[in-house]
Amino acid sequence: MKNISAPLSAELIRSLRAGDEILLTGTIYTARDAAHKRLISLLESGEKLPVDLSGQVLYYTGPTPPRPGMAIGSAGPTTSSRMDKYTPSLVAATGLGGIIGKGIRSEEVIRSLKDNTCVYFAAVGGAGALLARQIKSARVVAYPDLGPEAIYKLEVVDFPLIVAIDCEGNNLYVEGPRKYKKQN
Amino acid sequence: MSKVIKFSDISDAVKELCLQAAFKLPDDTLKALQESLTIEKSPAGRSILNQCLQNASLASSESLPLCQDTGFAIFFVNMGSEVSVDGGILTDAINEGVRRGYKEGYLRNSIVKDPLFNRINTGDNTPALIHIDIVKGDMLSITLLPKGGGSENMSSLAMLKPSDGREGIIDFIVSTVVKAGGNPCPPVVVGAGIGGTADKAALLAKKALLRQIGSSHADPQYAGLEKDILARINDSGVGPQGLGGTVSALAVHIETFPCHIASMPVAVNLNCHSARKATVNL
Repeated sequence: MKNISAPLSAELIRSLRAGDEILLTGTIYTARDAAHKRLISLLESGEKLPVDLSGQVLYYTGPTPPRPGMAIGSAGPTTSSRMDKYTPSLVAATGLGGIIGKGIRSEEVIRSLKDNTCVYFAAVGGAGALLARQIKSARVVAYPDLGPEAIYKLEVVDFPLIVAIDCEGNNLYVEGPRKYKKQN
Repeated sequence: MSKVIKFSDISDAVKELCLQAAFKLPDDTLKALQESLTIEKSPAGRSILNQCLQNASLASSESLPLCQDTGFAIFFVNMGSEVSVDGGILTDAINEGVRRGYKEGYLRNSIVKDPLFNRINTGDNTPALIHIDIVKGDMLSITLLPKGGGSENMSSLAMLKPSDGREGIIDFIVSTVVKAGGNPCPPVVVGAGIGGTADKAALLAKKALLRQIGSSHADPQYAGLEKDILARINDSGVGPQGLGGTVSALAVHIETFPCHIASMPVAVNLNCHSARKATVNL
Protein backbone atom coordinates (compact mmCIF):
# COMPACT_ATOMS: atom_id res chain seq x y z
CA MET A 1 0.00 0.00 0.00
CA LYS A 2 1.45 3.37 -1.07
CA ASN A 3 0.40 6.71 0.42
CA ILE A 4 0.38 9.53 -2.13
CA SER A 5 -0.92 13.08 -2.23
CA ALA A 6 -2.77 15.07 -4.87
CA PRO A 7 -2.17 17.09 -6.99
CA LEU A 8 0.36 14.70 -8.52
CA SER A 9 3.90 15.51 -9.63
CA ALA A 10 5.20 14.02 -12.89
CA GLU A 11 7.85 12.21 -10.88
CA LEU A 12 5.22 10.59 -8.67
CA ILE A 13 3.07 9.61 -11.67
CA ARG A 14 6.08 7.93 -13.28
CA SER A 15 6.71 5.91 -10.11
CA LEU A 16 3.23 4.34 -10.10
CA ARG A 17 2.74 0.89 -11.63
CA ALA A 18 -0.44 -0.90 -12.71
CA GLY A 19 -1.56 -3.07 -9.79
CA ASP A 20 -0.25 -0.76 -7.03
CA GLU A 21 -2.72 -0.29 -4.19
CA ILE A 22 -2.84 3.37 -3.19
CA LEU A 23 -4.22 5.61 -0.46
CA LEU A 24 -4.66 9.11 -1.88
CA THR A 25 -4.85 12.26 0.24
CA GLY A 26 -5.42 15.80 -1.01
CA THR A 27 -7.59 17.76 -3.41
CA ILE A 28 -9.44 16.14 -6.31
CA TYR A 29 -12.16 17.34 -8.71
CA THR A 30 -15.28 15.54 -9.89
CA ALA A 31 -16.60 15.51 -13.45
CA ARG A 32 -18.76 13.08 -15.38
CA ASP A 33 -20.68 13.06 -18.68
CA ALA A 34 -22.38 16.46 -18.70
CA ALA A 35 -19.41 18.37 -17.20
CA HIS A 36 -17.06 16.77 -19.73
CA LYS A 37 -19.29 17.86 -22.58
CA ARG A 38 -19.11 21.47 -21.35
CA LEU A 39 -15.35 21.40 -20.71
CA ILE A 40 -14.69 20.07 -24.20
CA SER A 41 -16.90 22.67 -25.85
CA LEU A 42 -14.94 25.40 -23.98
CA LEU A 43 -11.67 23.90 -25.24
CA GLU A 44 -13.02 23.74 -28.79
CA SER A 45 -13.97 27.40 -28.74
CA GLY A 46 -10.59 28.33 -27.20
CA GLU A 47 -12.05 29.52 -23.89
CA LYS A 48 -10.60 29.17 -20.39
CA LEU A 49 -11.77 26.24 -18.26
CA PRO A 50 -13.46 27.02 -14.90
CA VAL A 51 -10.70 25.06 -13.08
CA ASP A 52 -6.97 24.68 -13.70
CA LEU A 53 -6.52 20.92 -14.01
CA SER A 54 -2.74 20.80 -14.41
CA GLY A 55 -1.40 17.93 -12.28
CA GLN A 56 -4.85 17.51 -10.74
CA VAL A 57 -6.86 14.32 -10.31
CA LEU A 58 -10.32 14.07 -11.87
CA TYR A 59 -12.87 11.72 -10.29
CA TYR A 60 -15.76 10.34 -12.38
CA THR A 61 -18.59 10.40 -9.88
CA GLY A 62 -22.11 11.74 -9.43
CA PRO A 63 -22.77 11.60 -5.68
CA THR A 64 -26.09 11.25 -3.89
CA PRO A 65 -27.25 14.42 -2.08
CA PRO A 66 -25.62 14.84 1.34
CA ARG A 67 -27.68 14.33 4.46
CA PRO A 68 -27.67 17.40 6.75
CA GLY A 69 -24.32 17.58 8.50
CA MET A 70 -22.47 15.42 5.98
CA ALA A 71 -19.88 16.63 3.45
CA ILE A 72 -21.25 14.48 0.64
CA GLY A 73 -23.57 11.54 0.00
CA SER A 74 -22.43 8.19 -1.38
CA ALA A 75 -19.79 8.78 -4.02
CA GLY A 76 -18.36 5.79 -5.85
CA PRO A 77 -16.91 5.80 -9.39
CA THR A 78 -19.03 5.68 -12.54
CA THR A 79 -18.16 3.82 -15.77
CA SER A 80 -15.18 5.58 -17.36
CA SER A 81 -15.66 4.48 -20.96
CA ARG A 82 -18.45 7.02 -21.39
CA MET A 83 -15.78 9.71 -21.03
CA ASP A 84 -13.40 8.05 -23.56
CA LYS A 85 -14.54 10.36 -26.34
CA TYR A 86 -13.51 13.43 -24.34
CA THR A 87 -10.47 12.23 -22.37
CA PRO A 88 -7.61 12.46 -24.93
CA SER A 89 -8.23 16.12 -25.74
CA LEU A 90 -8.87 17.02 -22.10
CA VAL A 91 -5.64 15.35 -20.94
CA ALA A 92 -3.59 16.94 -23.73
CA ALA A 93 -5.00 20.43 -23.20
CA THR A 94 -4.85 20.56 -19.39
CA GLY A 95 -1.90 18.43 -18.27
CA LEU A 96 -4.23 16.43 -16.04
CA GLY A 97 -2.22 14.21 -13.65
CA GLY A 98 -4.67 11.44 -12.87
CA ILE A 99 -8.16 10.10 -13.40
CA ILE A 100 -10.30 7.98 -11.05
CA GLY A 101 -13.08 5.82 -12.48
CA LYS A 102 -14.00 2.23 -13.14
CA GLY A 103 -13.68 -0.08 -16.12
CA ILE A 104 -11.72 -0.35 -19.33
CA ARG A 105 -10.50 2.59 -21.46
CA SER A 106 -10.08 2.92 -25.21
CA GLU A 107 -6.72 2.64 -27.01
CA GLU A 108 -6.88 6.41 -27.70
CA VAL A 109 -7.21 7.13 -23.98
CA ILE A 110 -4.31 4.81 -23.11
CA ARG A 111 -2.13 6.52 -25.72
CA SER A 112 -3.00 9.95 -24.29
CA LEU A 113 -2.06 8.77 -20.77
CA LYS A 114 1.34 7.68 -22.11
CA ASP A 115 1.90 10.79 -24.20
CA ASN A 116 0.98 13.16 -21.38
CA THR A 117 2.25 11.35 -18.25
CA CYS A 118 -1.16 10.75 -16.72
CA VAL A 119 -2.33 7.81 -14.58
CA TYR A 120 -5.69 6.03 -14.43
CA PHE A 121 -6.86 4.76 -11.04
CA ALA A 122 -9.73 2.38 -10.33
CA ALA A 123 -11.88 2.91 -7.26
CA VAL A 124 -14.26 0.16 -6.20
CA GLY A 125 -17.55 0.63 -8.00
CA GLY A 126 -20.49 0.03 -5.70
CA ALA A 127 -18.58 1.05 -2.56
CA GLY A 128 -20.05 4.56 -2.53
CA ALA A 129 -20.78 4.71 1.20
CA LEU A 130 -17.30 3.55 2.15
CA LEU A 131 -15.61 5.97 -0.27
CA ALA A 132 -17.76 8.89 0.93
CA ARG A 133 -16.34 8.41 4.43
CA GLN A 134 -12.90 9.34 3.06
CA ILE A 135 -14.21 12.60 1.57
CA LYS A 136 -13.87 15.33 4.18
CA SER A 137 -15.27 18.30 2.26
CA ALA A 138 -17.06 18.98 -1.00
CA ARG A 139 -17.69 22.31 -2.69
CA VAL A 140 -19.25 22.98 -6.09
CA VAL A 141 -16.77 24.96 -8.21
CA ALA A 142 -18.54 24.88 -11.60
CA TYR A 143 -21.88 24.07 -13.23
CA PRO A 144 -24.15 23.99 -10.14
CA ASP A 145 -27.12 23.60 -12.48
CA LEU A 146 -25.94 20.06 -13.25
CA GLY A 147 -26.75 18.86 -9.71
CA PRO A 148 -24.89 15.58 -9.08
CA GLU A 149 -23.03 16.14 -12.37
CA ALA A 150 -21.57 19.50 -11.28
CA ILE A 151 -17.81 19.88 -10.81
CA TYR A 152 -17.01 19.50 -7.10
CA LYS A 153 -13.71 20.20 -5.38
CA LEU A 154 -13.18 17.40 -2.85
CA GLU A 155 -10.71 17.03 0.00
CA VAL A 156 -10.01 13.34 0.48
CA VAL A 157 -8.00 11.43 3.09
CA ASP A 158 -6.66 7.90 2.51
CA PHE A 159 -8.93 7.40 -0.49
CA PRO A 160 -8.43 3.72 -1.54
CA LEU A 161 -7.44 3.20 -5.19
CA ILE A 162 -5.71 0.70 -7.45
CA VAL A 163 -3.48 1.87 -10.31
CA ALA A 164 -5.34 0.42 -13.30
CA ILE A 165 -3.36 1.93 -16.20
CA ASP A 166 0.03 3.53 -15.54
CA CYS A 167 1.76 6.20 -17.64
CA GLU A 168 3.69 3.54 -19.54
CA GLY A 169 0.44 1.97 -20.69
CA ASN A 170 0.56 -1.13 -18.47
CA ASN A 171 -3.06 -2.12 -18.08
CA LEU A 172 -4.38 -4.13 -15.14
CA TYR A 173 -7.71 -4.63 -16.96
CA VAL A 174 -5.75 -6.76 -19.45
CA GLU A 175 -2.94 -8.17 -17.30
CA GLY A 176 -5.13 -9.05 -14.27
CA PRO A 177 -7.65 -11.22 -16.13
CA ARG A 178 -4.82 -12.79 -18.19
CA LYS A 179 -3.09 -13.86 -14.99
CA TYR A 180 -6.20 -15.52 -13.53
CA LYS A 181 -7.70 -16.98 -16.71
CA LYS A 182 -7.93 -20.74 -16.40
CA GLN A 183 -6.51 -22.59 -19.38
CA ASN A 184 -8.91 -25.33 -20.47
CA MET B 1 -64.78 -11.46 -2.46
CA SER B 2 -62.44 -8.56 -2.76
CA LYS B 3 -59.77 -6.76 -0.83
CA VAL B 4 -59.48 -2.99 -0.90
CA ILE B 5 -56.04 -1.47 -0.38
CA LYS B 6 -55.67 2.25 0.19
CA PHE B 7 -53.64 4.31 -2.28
CA SER B 8 -51.68 5.85 0.61
CA ASP B 9 -50.84 2.43 2.08
CA ILE B 10 -49.28 1.45 -1.24
CA SER B 11 -47.26 4.65 -1.61
CA ASP B 12 -46.10 4.41 2.03
CA ALA B 13 -44.96 0.83 1.47
CA VAL B 14 -43.17 1.75 -1.77
CA LYS B 15 -41.38 4.63 -0.05
CA GLU B 16 -40.07 2.18 2.55
CA LEU B 17 -39.00 -0.24 -0.20
CA CYS B 18 -36.91 2.51 -1.83
CA LEU B 19 -35.10 3.19 1.45
CA GLN B 20 -34.62 -0.46 2.33
CA ALA B 21 -33.26 -1.37 -1.10
CA ALA B 22 -30.88 1.59 -1.20
CA PHE B 23 -29.38 1.07 2.28
CA LYS B 24 -29.49 -2.63 3.00
CA LEU B 25 -27.84 -5.30 0.91
CA PRO B 26 -30.14 -8.37 0.82
CA ASP B 27 -29.01 -11.33 2.94
CA ASP B 28 -28.52 -13.60 -0.09
CA THR B 29 -26.17 -11.09 -1.77
CA LEU B 30 -24.27 -10.57 1.46
CA LYS B 31 -23.85 -14.31 1.96
CA ALA B 32 -22.65 -14.79 -1.62
CA LEU B 33 -20.07 -12.00 -1.21
CA GLN B 34 -18.81 -13.50 2.05
CA GLU B 35 -18.43 -16.89 0.38
CA SER B 36 -16.66 -15.35 -2.61
CA LEU B 37 -14.01 -13.95 -0.27
CA THR B 38 -13.01 -17.50 0.66
CA ILE B 39 -12.50 -18.58 -2.96
CA GLU B 40 -10.98 -15.45 -4.55
CA LYS B 41 -7.31 -16.09 -5.27
CA SER B 42 -6.22 -12.55 -6.22
CA PRO B 43 -5.02 -10.47 -3.22
CA ALA B 44 -6.29 -7.27 -4.89
CA GLY B 45 -9.55 -9.09 -5.63
CA ARG B 46 -9.93 -9.99 -1.96
CA SER B 47 -9.21 -6.43 -0.94
CA ILE B 48 -11.98 -5.27 -3.34
CA LEU B 49 -14.44 -7.84 -1.95
CA ASN B 50 -13.58 -6.70 1.56
CA GLN B 51 -14.37 -3.12 0.57
CA CYS B 52 -17.73 -4.29 -0.81
CA LEU B 53 -18.56 -6.01 2.50
CA GLN B 54 -17.41 -3.04 4.61
CA ASN B 55 -19.48 -0.80 2.35
CA ALA B 56 -22.59 -2.92 2.96
CA SER B 57 -22.12 -2.82 6.71
CA LEU B 58 -21.54 0.96 6.74
CA ALA B 59 -24.48 1.68 4.43
CA SER B 60 -26.81 -0.31 6.64
CA SER B 61 -25.64 1.11 9.97
CA GLU B 62 -25.54 4.74 8.77
CA SER B 63 -28.56 4.60 6.42
CA LEU B 64 -26.39 5.64 3.48
CA PRO B 65 -26.96 4.51 -0.11
CA LEU B 66 -24.85 1.42 -0.90
CA CYS B 67 -24.02 3.04 -4.24
CA GLN B 68 -24.40 6.61 -5.49
CA ASP B 69 -26.30 5.15 -8.44
CA THR B 70 -29.57 4.49 -6.64
CA GLY B 71 -30.92 3.35 -9.95
CA PHE B 72 -33.94 3.25 -12.18
CA ALA B 73 -36.79 2.14 -9.88
CA ILE B 74 -38.01 -1.06 -11.52
CA PHE B 75 -41.04 -2.78 -10.01
CA PHE B 76 -42.39 -6.28 -10.43
CA VAL B 77 -45.94 -6.43 -9.13
CA ASN B 78 -48.10 -9.51 -8.58
CA MET B 79 -51.60 -8.20 -8.17
CA GLY B 80 -54.26 -10.59 -6.88
CA SER B 81 -57.39 -10.55 -9.05
CA GLU B 82 -59.43 -9.85 -5.89
CA VAL B 83 -57.45 -6.70 -5.04
CA SER B 84 -58.68 -3.21 -5.77
CA VAL B 85 -57.09 0.13 -4.97
CA ASP B 86 -59.05 2.84 -3.19
CA GLY B 87 -58.25 6.47 -3.89
CA GLY B 88 -56.35 6.22 -7.16
CA ILE B 89 -54.60 3.83 -9.50
CA LEU B 90 -51.75 1.46 -8.66
CA THR B 91 -49.10 2.99 -10.91
CA ASP B 92 -49.74 6.47 -9.50
CA ALA B 93 -49.38 5.09 -5.97
CA ILE B 94 -46.05 3.47 -6.86
CA ASN B 95 -44.72 6.64 -8.49
CA GLU B 96 -45.81 8.66 -5.46
CA GLY B 97 -43.86 6.26 -3.22
CA VAL B 98 -40.76 6.60 -5.40
CA ARG B 99 -40.99 10.39 -5.33
CA ARG B 100 -41.14 10.41 -1.51
CA GLY B 101 -38.61 7.64 -0.97
CA TYR B 102 -35.91 9.21 -3.16
CA LYS B 103 -36.42 12.60 -1.48
CA GLU B 104 -36.57 11.42 2.13
CA GLY B 105 -33.67 9.01 1.72
CA TYR B 106 -31.39 11.57 -0.01
CA LEU B 107 -31.16 9.14 -2.95
CA ARG B 108 -29.87 10.30 -6.32
CA ASN B 109 -32.37 11.19 -9.03
CA SER B 110 -31.02 9.52 -12.15
CA ILE B 111 -33.85 9.74 -14.70
CA VAL B 112 -33.91 12.21 -17.62
CA LYS B 113 -37.10 13.27 -19.40
CA ASP B 114 -36.03 12.29 -22.90
CA PRO B 115 -33.33 9.87 -24.06
CA LEU B 116 -31.99 12.03 -26.89
CA PHE B 117 -33.13 15.61 -27.31
CA ASN B 118 -34.07 16.72 -23.80
CA ARG B 119 -31.86 15.00 -21.26
CA ILE B 120 -33.21 17.02 -18.33
CA ASN B 121 -33.50 15.32 -14.94
CA THR B 122 -37.12 14.70 -13.93
CA GLY B 123 -36.06 15.71 -10.42
CA ASP B 124 -37.79 12.93 -8.47
CA ASN B 125 -36.55 9.70 -10.09
CA THR B 126 -39.93 9.05 -11.70
CA PRO B 127 -41.32 7.56 -13.81
CA ALA B 128 -40.78 4.17 -12.23
CA LEU B 129 -40.75 1.21 -14.60
CA ILE B 130 -43.60 -1.06 -13.56
CA HIS B 131 -44.33 -4.63 -14.67
CA ILE B 132 -47.69 -5.97 -13.46
CA ASP B 133 -48.86 -9.58 -13.47
CA ILE B 134 -52.41 -10.41 -12.46
CA VAL B 135 -52.46 -13.51 -10.26
CA LYS B 136 -55.11 -15.42 -8.28
CA GLY B 137 -55.99 -14.36 -4.78
CA ASP B 138 -56.14 -11.22 -2.63
CA MET B 139 -52.49 -10.35 -2.18
CA LEU B 140 -50.60 -7.39 -3.64
CA SER B 141 -46.90 -8.22 -3.80
CA ILE B 142 -44.51 -5.44 -4.84
CA THR B 143 -40.81 -6.04 -5.52
CA LEU B 144 -38.38 -3.20 -6.22
CA LEU B 145 -35.19 -3.79 -8.17
CA PRO B 146 -33.25 -0.51 -8.27
CA LYS B 147 -31.03 -0.88 -11.34
CA GLY B 148 -27.83 1.05 -11.86
CA GLY B 149 -26.77 2.34 -15.28
CA GLY B 150 -23.34 0.69 -15.24
CA SER B 151 -24.68 -2.84 -15.15
CA GLU B 152 -27.78 -2.17 -17.27
CA ASN B 153 -25.61 -0.74 -20.08
CA MET B 154 -23.90 -4.14 -20.41
CA SER B 155 -27.17 -5.95 -21.27
CA SER B 156 -27.25 -7.95 -24.47
CA LEU B 157 -29.65 -9.79 -26.76
CA ALA B 158 -28.98 -12.48 -29.37
CA MET B 159 -31.54 -14.06 -31.69
CA LEU B 160 -29.74 -17.40 -31.89
CA LYS B 161 -30.61 -20.21 -34.27
CA PRO B 162 -32.15 -23.32 -32.68
CA SER B 163 -29.16 -25.24 -34.09
CA ASP B 164 -26.77 -23.11 -31.99
CA GLY B 165 -27.91 -25.26 -29.06
CA ARG B 166 -26.55 -25.39 -25.53
CA GLU B 167 -23.01 -24.38 -26.55
CA GLY B 168 -24.28 -21.38 -28.49
CA ILE B 169 -26.12 -20.16 -25.42
CA ILE B 170 -23.12 -20.68 -23.15
CA ASP B 171 -20.79 -18.84 -25.54
CA PHE B 172 -23.11 -15.86 -25.87
CA ILE B 173 -23.71 -15.44 -22.12
CA VAL B 174 -20.05 -15.93 -21.16
CA SER B 175 -18.81 -13.55 -23.84
CA THR B 176 -21.30 -10.89 -22.70
CA VAL B 177 -19.86 -11.02 -19.18
CA VAL B 178 -16.24 -11.12 -20.35
CA LYS B 179 -16.67 -8.21 -22.79
CA ALA B 180 -18.35 -6.16 -20.05
CA GLY B 181 -15.14 -6.41 -17.98
CA GLY B 182 -15.19 -4.10 -15.00
CA ASN B 183 -18.07 -1.92 -16.23
CA PRO B 184 -20.98 -3.74 -14.52
CA CYS B 185 -19.06 -3.89 -11.19
CA PRO B 186 -18.25 -7.59 -10.92
CA PRO B 187 -18.67 -9.99 -9.28
CA VAL B 188 -22.01 -9.78 -11.07
CA VAL B 189 -25.28 -11.65 -10.86
CA VAL B 190 -26.14 -12.91 -14.34
CA GLY B 191 -29.79 -12.97 -15.39
CA ALA B 192 -30.50 -14.85 -18.62
CA GLY B 193 -33.82 -15.09 -20.43
CA ILE B 194 -34.10 -17.88 -22.97
CA GLY B 195 -37.08 -18.28 -25.28
CA GLY B 196 -40.19 -16.24 -26.00
CA THR B 197 -39.50 -13.31 -28.31
CA ALA B 198 -36.89 -10.54 -28.26
CA ASP B 199 -38.95 -8.48 -25.80
CA LYS B 200 -39.97 -11.47 -23.66
CA ALA B 201 -36.39 -12.75 -23.37
CA ALA B 202 -35.22 -9.31 -22.20
CA LEU B 203 -37.91 -9.20 -19.51
CA LEU B 204 -37.14 -12.77 -18.39
CA ALA B 205 -33.45 -11.86 -18.05
CA LYS B 206 -34.35 -8.97 -15.76
CA LYS B 207 -36.80 -11.12 -13.77
CA ALA B 208 -34.12 -13.78 -13.32
CA LEU B 209 -32.20 -11.27 -11.17
CA LEU B 210 -34.97 -11.47 -8.55
CA ARG B 211 -34.30 -15.11 -7.76
CA GLN B 212 -32.57 -15.94 -4.48
CA ILE B 213 -28.80 -16.05 -5.06
CA GLY B 214 -27.61 -19.59 -4.50
CA SER B 215 -30.87 -21.19 -5.64
CA SER B 216 -30.93 -23.37 -8.77
CA HIS B 217 -33.40 -23.64 -11.62
CA ALA B 218 -36.18 -26.18 -10.84
CA ASP B 219 -35.45 -28.10 -14.06
CA PRO B 220 -32.23 -30.11 -13.58
CA GLN B 221 -31.19 -29.53 -17.22
CA TYR B 222 -31.30 -25.76 -16.75
CA ALA B 223 -29.76 -26.06 -13.27
CA GLY B 224 -26.84 -27.86 -14.94
CA LEU B 225 -26.60 -25.16 -17.58
CA GLU B 226 -26.50 -22.45 -14.90
CA LYS B 227 -23.71 -24.28 -13.12
CA ASP B 228 -21.65 -24.74 -16.29
CA ILE B 229 -22.04 -21.09 -17.32
CA LEU B 230 -21.03 -19.89 -13.83
CA ALA B 231 -17.91 -22.08 -13.93
CA ARG B 232 -16.97 -20.77 -17.40
CA ILE B 233 -17.43 -17.15 -16.28
CA ASN B 234 -15.31 -17.67 -13.17
CA ASP B 235 -12.59 -19.35 -15.25
CA SER B 236 -12.41 -16.26 -17.48
CA GLY B 237 -10.17 -14.33 -15.09
CA VAL B 238 -12.28 -11.11 -15.18
CA GLY B 239 -12.42 -11.03 -11.38
CA PRO B 240 -13.68 -8.40 -8.94
CA GLN B 241 -14.05 -5.03 -10.72
CA GLY B 242 -12.58 -6.58 -13.88
CA LEU B 243 -9.04 -6.26 -12.49
CA GLY B 244 -8.35 -9.99 -12.50
CA GLY B 245 -9.37 -12.84 -10.22
CA THR B 246 -11.29 -16.03 -9.78
CA VAL B 247 -14.69 -14.60 -8.76
CA SER B 248 -16.34 -12.82 -11.70
CA ALA B 249 -19.96 -13.79 -11.01
CA LEU B 250 -21.86 -14.70 -7.84
CA ALA B 251 -24.62 -16.58 -9.66
CA VAL B 252 -26.23 -17.37 -13.01
CA HIS B 253 -30.03 -17.43 -13.07
CA ILE B 254 -31.96 -18.60 -16.11
CA GLU B 255 -35.65 -18.06 -16.85
CA THR B 256 -37.31 -19.67 -19.86
CA PHE B 257 -40.46 -19.44 -21.98
CA PRO B 258 -41.83 -21.43 -24.95
CA CYS B 259 -40.74 -20.05 -28.30
CA HIS B 260 -41.33 -20.11 -32.07
CA ILE B 261 -40.08 -23.10 -34.11
CA ALA B 262 -37.66 -20.77 -35.92
CA SER B 263 -36.27 -18.96 -32.88
CA MET B 264 -34.03 -19.20 -29.84
CA PRO B 265 -33.78 -15.71 -28.32
CA VAL B 266 -31.31 -15.22 -25.46
CA ALA B 267 -31.09 -12.05 -23.41
CA VAL B 268 -28.58 -11.23 -20.69
CA ASN B 269 -29.12 -8.72 -17.91
CA LEU B 270 -26.31 -8.20 -15.41
CA ASN B 271 -26.58 -6.95 -11.86
CA CYS B 272 -23.62 -5.51 -9.97
CA HIS B 273 -22.26 -7.00 -6.73
CA SER B 274 -24.50 -4.51 -4.95
CA ALA B 275 -27.48 -6.61 -6.09
CA ARG B 276 -30.28 -4.72 -4.40
CA LYS B 277 -33.91 -5.79 -4.15
CA ALA B 278 -36.77 -5.51 -1.68
CA THR B 279 -40.29 -6.93 -1.50
CA VAL B 280 -43.47 -6.03 0.38
CA ASN B 281 -46.73 -7.99 0.53
CA LEU B 282 -49.92 -6.08 1.21
